[in-house]
Amino acid sequence: MRAHLITLLSGTLFGVGLALSGMMNPARVRGFLDILGNWDPTLVFVMGGAVVAMALAWLLQARMQRPIACDEFSLPGTTRIDSKLLGGGVLFGIGWGLAGLCPGPAIASLATNPGNVIVFIAAMVAGMTLFSFTERNS
Amino acid sequence: MLAMFPHAQPIEGLIGGLLIGLSAAIMLLGAGRIAGVSGMAARVLGLSRSGAPWSIAALFIAGLLLGALVFQEFSAPIEAQYAPSTIAVIAAGLLTGFGTRLGNGCTSGHGVCGMSRFSRRSIIATITFILSGMVTVALVNALGGGWS
Repeated sequence: MRAHLITLLSGTLFGVGLALSGMMNPARVRGFLDILGNWDPTLVFVMGGAVVAMALAWLLQARMQRPIACDEFSLPGTTRIDSKLLGGGVLFGIGWGLAGLCPGPAIASLATNPGNVIVFIAAMVAGMTLFSFTERNS
Repeated sequence: MLAMFPHAQPIEGLIGGLLIGLSAAIMLLGAGRIAGVSGMAARVLGLSRSGAPWSIAALFIAGLLLGALVFQEFSAPIEAQYAPSTIAVIAAGLLTGFGTRLGNGCTSGHGVCGMSRFSRRSIIATITFILSGMVTVALVNALGGGWS
């Protein structure tokens, strides 16, 4: 129960952060990727602030036996670099550049601007579903 | 130097970024997990066998919507300009869905949570999708597909 409340708080803060930072504006995100054109460095500040805050959390995490509201940490590995990681990065990057949307801002925009992101979300769900099929058949 | 980029929002960006980092910190220290949006979304959709329990993933995703709604309610309407081409948006969604699953993460999981942990894997992933995005925008602009 406590873990559920904490998770809802985390998601909500994430949504507020996305909205405040300007990252729910695809044109601004695209502006960050447009280094040869009218470059917009805002995303650097967003990523910088988020990474610094989270780096402090990792320092605390290293001293904790277990999380505050559940039994253990469930964390992914940090070292494996393979063709899936790189291929996934390239494909996602192309999508990011085309629409200026990544999953967080797109999902948050369902609440504030549904008409403008529903097509992207439907296609993203289709892409995730397609991946599940290929994974199952391989 | 920022005067060179009059359209930038460094203050809002930094505060928003700190909130995102705080959110990820609460998720890690409270619930023991990575605040990765693509992974949570796949979990909610029943497309991922591993990851957070369904109810945790669903609450995190619901929080994203709630947060944006709260901000809009108590602050200002969220300014947003979208891609002009529906075909491009469909292609982008497909690539984002497939790519984030294949690479096991997006801007939140690899970018925020992984890089701050000095994860070699996440740093490589983040560099890859940023470079790929930059090349894509440059190509689209060169082909006359700029947004303006």
